[in-house]
Amino acid sequence: MAAHLKKRVYEEFTKVVQQQHEDLSAKKLRLTKPSKSAALHVDLCKATSPADALQYLLQFARKPVEVESVEGVVRILLEHYYKENDASVRLKIASLLGLLSKTAGFSPDCIVDDAINTLQNEKSHQVLAQLLDTLLVIGTKLTENPSVRMRLVEVACKHLTDSSHGVRNKCLQLIGCLGPVEKGVAKEAESQAAKDVQKIIGDHFNDQDPRVRTAAIKAMLQLHERGLKLQQAIYGQACKLLADDYEQVRSAAVQLIWVLSQLYPESIVPIPSSNEEIRLVDDAFGKICHMVSDGSWVVRVQAAKLLGSMQQVSSHFLEQTLDKKLMSDLRRKRTAHERAKELYSSGEFSSGRKWGDDAPKEEIDTGAVNLIESGACGAFVHGLEDEMYEVRIAAVEALCMLAQSSPSFAEKCLDFLVDMFNDEIEEVRLQSIHTMRKISNNITLREDQLDTVLAVLEDSSRDIREALHELLCCTNVSTKEGIHLALVELLKNLTKYPTDRESIWKCLKFLGSRHPTLVLPLVPELLSTHPFFDTPEPDMDDPAYIAVLVLIFNAAKSCPTMPALFSDHTFRHYAYLRDSLSHLVPPLRLPGRKLVSSPVSPSITPHEDPSQQFLHQSLERVYNLQHLDPQGIQELLEFTIRDLQRLGELQSELAGMADFTATYLQCQLLLIKALQEKLWNVAAPLYLKQNALASAAAKQILEETYKMEFMYSGVESKQVVIIHHMRLQAKALQLIVTARTARGVEPLFGMCEKFLQEVDSFQRCFISELPRMQGSFVDKLLDLMPRLVTSKPSEVVKILQTTLRQSTFLHLPLPERLYRASANIIEPTGESDNPLRFTSGLVVALDVDATLEHVQDPQGTVKVQVLYPDGQAQLIHPKPADFRNPGPGRHRLITQVYLSHTAWTEPCQIEVRLLLAYNSNRSKATAKVPKSTWNESVEALPQPENGIEGTIPFSKPVKVYIMPKPARR
Amino acid sequence: MPEIKVTPLGAGQDVGRSCILVSIAGKNVMLDCGMHMGYNDDRRFPDFSYITQNGRLTDFLDCVIISHFHLDHCGALPYFSEMVGYDGPIYMTHPTKAICPILLEDYRKITVDKKGETNFFTSQMIKDCMKKVVAVHLHQTVQVDEELEIKAYYAGHVLGAAMFQIKVGCESVVYTGDYNMTPDRHLGAAWIDKCRPDLLITESTYATTIRDSKRCRERDFLKKVHETVERGGKVLIPVFALGRAQELCILLETFWERMNLKAPIYFSTGLTEKANHYYKLFITWTNQKIRKTFVQRNMFEFKHIKAFDRAFADNPGPMVVFATPGMLHAGQSLQIFRKWAGNEKNMVIMPGYCVQGTVGHKILSGQRKLEMEGRQILEVKMQVEYMSFSAHADAKGIMQLIRQAEPRNVLLVHGEAKKMEFLKQKIEQEFHVSCYMPANGETTTIFTNPSIPVDISLGLLKRETAIGLLPDVKKPKLMHGTLIMKDNSFRLVSPEQALKELGLAEHQLRFTCRVHIQDPRKEHETVLRVYNHLKGVLKDYSVQHLPDGSITVESILIQATAHSEDQGTKVLLVSWTYQDEELGSYLTSLLKKGLPQSTS
Repeated sequence: MAAHLKKRVYEEFTKVVQQQHEDLSAKKLRLTKPSKSAALHVDLCKATSPADALQYLLQFARKPVEVESVEGVVRILLEHYYKENDASVRLKIASLLGLLSKTAGFSPDCIVDDAINTLQNEKSHQVLAQLLDTLLVIGTKLTENPSVRMRLVEVACKHLTDSSHGVRNKCLQLIGCLGPVEKGVAKEAESQAAKDVQKIIGDHFNDQDPRVRTAAIKAMLQLHERGLKLQQAIYGQACKLLADDYEQVRSAAVQLIWVLSQLYPESIVPIPSSNEEIRLVDDAFGKICHMVSDGSWVVRVQAAKLLGSMQQVSSHFLEQTLDKKLMSDLRRKRTAHERAKELYSSGEFSSGRKWGDDAPKEEIDTGAVNLIESGACGAFVHGLEDEMYEVRIAAVEALCMLAQSSPSFAEKCLDFLVDMFNDEIEEVRLQSIHTMRKISNNITLREDQLDTVLAVLEDSSRDIREALHELLCCTNVSTKEGIHLALVELLKNLTKYPTDRESIWKCLKFLGSRHPTLVLPLVPELLSTHPFFDTPEPDMDDPAYIAVLVLIFNAAKSCPTMPALFSDHTFRHYAYLRDSLSHLVPPLRLPGRKLVSSPVSPSITPHEDPSQQFLHQSLERVYNLQHLDPQGIQELLEFTIRDLQRLGELQSELAGMADFTATYLQCQLLLIKALQEKLWNVAAPLYLKQNALASAAAKQILEETYKMEFMYSGVESKQVVIIHHMRLQAKALQLIVTARTARGVEPLFGMCEKFLQEVDSFQRCFISELPRMQGSFVDKLLDLMPRLVTSKPSEVVKILQTTLRQSTFLHLPLPERLYRASANIIEPTGESDNPLRFTSGLVVALDVDATLEHVQDPQGTVKVQVLYPDGQAQLIHPKPADFRNPGPGRHRLITQVYLSHTAWTEPCQIEVRLLLAYNSNRSKATAKVPKSTWNESVEALPQPENGIEGTIPFSKPVKVYIMPKPARR
Repeated sequence: MPEIKVTPLGAGQDVGRSCILVSIAGKNVMLDCGMHMGYNDDRRFPDFSYITQNGRLTDFLDCVIISHFHLDHCGALPYFSEMVGYDGPIYMTHPTKAICPILLEDYRKITVDKKGETNFFTSQMIKDCMKKVVAVHLHQTVQVDEELEIKAYYAGHVLGAAMFQIKVGCESVVYTGDYNMTPDRHLGAAWIDKCRPDLLITESTYATTIRDSKRCRERDFLKKVHETVERGGKVLIPVFALGRAQELCILLETFWERMNLKAPIYFSTGLTEKANHYYKLFITWTNQKIRKTFVQRNMFEFKHIKAFDRAFADNPGPMVVFATPGMLHAGQSLQIFRKWAGNEKNMVIMPGYCVQGTVGHKILSGQRKLEMEGRQILEVKMQVEYMSFSAHADAKGIMQLIRQAEPRNVLLVHGEAKKMEFLKQKIEQEFHVSCYMPANGETTTIFTNPSIPVDISLGLLKRETAIGLLPDVKKPKLMHGTLIMKDNSFRLVSPEQALKELGLAEHQLRFTCRVHIQDPRKEHETVLRVYNHLKGVLKDYSVQHLPDGSITVESILIQATAHSEDQGTKVLLVSWTYQDEELGSYLTSLLKKGLPQSTS
């Protein structure tokens, strides 16, 4: 904001501003402070008309004001405020006061009195409202000061009787934000005007202006948010507000009722027009359900959303929401859902309770049919049928939340969710599929439901299909026909959309492993084996056949009798698939088949407790390092790194840890190697070659440390400090190398200073971690700090060199879990021989589809890089909407990359890869340091680290064949 | 007492021939002007002679409002305006105005050309009639004359269907026409604000039905079509050209799009093309989805649905055909039906109601062998399905609308008497408003209690509100002012202004009263005593002792003189203007009680 303001100033070169600007640059330090307020004063005195004054004020508002001069400016403004007759100018002054008191670092308690005084003689309602707004700003800045707050609340209460809605609005807002929340204060204040804020606000629930009513409810909600326990007495009032004429009032009232229902769920309220009583949460639930058929869609959305979070409601009421008593010509009709259910559930019909359990079961008694008062009745039926998709989405979300907490409700709402799969808006369909997935552990799909679900597999939207595959992964199917149906439909899907291959295989993997007993009877049919005849061997490369095999093998894992049904070639295919698609095909114990069982047993078999073992090994070695000779250290490190890398390849769940440690050891190795160089013993300029090696090592360590910091998710501050430490060492190395090679001392000064700054910031950032770093480089360095600061660069370098050599190797603690960010470009595949032809100078869109794993905040960090054969590189930032989040830790990037180039004579390949952008400022350690604002004072603070931005490539590059043709004339 | 009179000429306890007369505050409005499907004689049109036996209808009606383009709501319009004679304004929404003549022309053709009737309205008459139509926008307030205003609300049902609010002064009536409270694939749901009319005239076609969710039906429909097409069968869907046909088209079109299906869909041409054109134009009248996506693609520009040609019926392979008419009684749909009936792979889906005697009705009732003309026996092997896609509000929907509008009275039309009875009882029970259901020709009178608005000058309002406490919604407030009734308008102004406007001089009215007090002292002493007494009692008022020996309390003057006969008795003269009547009378009563016995 402030920066923006500043920019505006530079843009609009009015005379005044420009002069001031020059002024500033010339004598920056002394002149700014007094000049601001003085200039304003002069300007305002010069102003002949209100319009002029307004102009000056507007100009003034564009400039930032330093903390020190705020008070002075405020005084001047106030002075003019009293003199000014024009309401619009006073209004501007009032708003400026608020803006100024927001200035960071300025404490507005010195101007509270003045601000309150201005209220007294003010006649204009608009100015009054603005002044109250200013007071609100001041009050929110001084929340710790109860007496100021009390005074402000008192002032607000006084102005509550104002005839303008704007003033009353602001008063209520002020009371809501600043009203006393603690009990003690409230009692103390009883003598004063502000007795009971709740009562005062409650009185305005019946205000004549709907805006004020809304503000009153909002203020009440604000109080609740600030921790005041609202009284139950408000409930009755709030219920009346539900019938208000204005939608914003109703919308706020719904929220208030929801809050109360959460506060007093178990209290008993009477039902009007009868002498029965029910729980408050049930009553509130009924009322909010009623609002789902409100006239305004804003209220409907609000109501539908809130329903989801009312989990204490009794199941009796909950199930009503899905019940809409159907009738036709006064005869009770069964819903299509019920009829469908009856078809499939043999014998017993309607296990669920119906609305009005106690009512006698008659045909339909005209008197008993309640068309509207039934409250919760059919709320979701209405919500899901609503005209606005916003309401439907909200209803689906609410269904999801309620179903997660109540299995019986989940069972009931299934039919409705399945229906939503056919909604006309894709978002709604997607949302309902996701919802279904979330509640899938509570439910088992009936065959007819499954049928409807599967019908959606033909949807042309990839998102929908993939969501559905995800859903099928965790669905329970009740019958073997169901499994068969699912398989058939999935295969149909596969032929129609071959790109879904991976997703379908994965889906079948889970389907198989979840329902081994249901798959068993299907095996002969699926493999088309015959008791007497040999059937032809199916094509091994057919994705459909692979799909079937994936299903069967996964089922066979927990069903030992199944392999007996396999024919010879099945075993061969198993061996092949186990190798080629090991993530989809589990290891099987196959009886009697030596040839087949052999590949199962070898080295791949997992360790007993590999992670533990591995951890110990590597750490022990690390400890031992100190007692070995340099040669031994190097060798040991090399071996360990190799082992770790291999382990990472084999054990996917350990890959993150292994890589992480390996990288760290690699850094250490490089450091040791660099320090072993002969160059340190010889006169500097002679050994350019070695020194190239050392500086390359330093550079590589730096790179690796960035990778360690930003490419792994799950890195904690314990690791970050080690990483930063390593980086510091690398920088020290760099410094030493430069000192050795560079001629002259000039550049060294700067570098030394910078390095010392970094050490300093390191110390500040990781002060809490320092005790654990005994004997490390930085520990020693800090001991020597006083000497370093005063000594010459050459000495510094010398000290650094010795410390670097003497320092011990820090032990890297491992976090619980650690994942390496990875990306896999699915599309383009890079296999095509047909170049993508387009006219040079024009643009061609390349579809990029990639999966990302363990990337935090992919919207901000993942970039696409295109490398042209001429070395030109292009960096593309995908839109945030291009990222989908199919599951925790996983993301999917589906985007289009626009390519263009001048004409080529031959088709040639370009490279597409994904990059992970990082900014060292964003690092986890420094995130806690408050972000600097526009204030100059803050700018003067040394940045903890100069933001180094960079990118890490984290996917394999894919080659795309393109051919820009010359344009035809 | 002011009253609203309602007389249904059609649609009173009946479906079809909607025509309702409303007279409200001296204005006569006719709502809808429909024909009856069930009759071919005079009964098919409303009996306009009820309005007037002789003389032009224009003199008796202020305006005519048509709610939507269905023939049972507008079928009698050319007859009414051209043959009976009406020249006043006819109001309808833009889509209705566009589509209505197509349907009227079609209706005329069938009656005159096919059935050979004479004495029926002509094409020219339809054109002339449409010239009298004034088109209105949604939520636009149209002033019919200075007092009568109408406003249209969205009603769903069919494209351009509207509910109308008719308002004269403070009295208002809302007529719903046909409406639908649940959205469908191409239209949104009816909506009305809390307009609190004196009377709500609502349709009640489904007064005793609560319907299942629309999605089940849609899904069933799509599933059936999809399965048949996948089997390689042909699907025939007989439809009427307008309304449901478009909904089904959208449904199939989006399904085809979603599922990437390739089988062709045909729509038998005719008036549909014209109508589809209008559907494309009136995007603002459709539902959220179509409105939001039309920038990319107008949903009514069908990608998969093509015009049908007679020759296509013999093409091999799967296809879906929409054909008119909807009851399979004649025309293209019947021809196609005859071609396809023999194959069990095929399917016919009847999306609506079929009149008895039509082929549609026969096959729906399960008849498998049909006798066609020429003694041919047609064996029906194809599957027959029924799928109701009706767009009327059900009982819950009607109640919901009543809840939204909050009327003071409800009147039911367009439904069967028995069903209305049930709904009437429910409405009275749940909303505590009176509900009526007049039969055709029966007049219902509703008494209203309109509030009369009075203009008040701002100065007076501010002055008066400044006196008392803050205005409270719950309590009425007393105000002083002068009510001027002039030119049919009421104004409340301050007395000074009233005098000025009327050119009258201000007269002061003073009340004077003498109070006798026994006081032997001197006059000025008495005055002093009175002054002190009053000062003690009337603390909130300014009591002054003037140098000429009189006392003023606010504007009330008190003078004391000795009684001419009895010096011991003092006469207090109390004088006040009529504005201070309250204080003055209080003061006299106070003085009459005498002065307190005190020595000072």
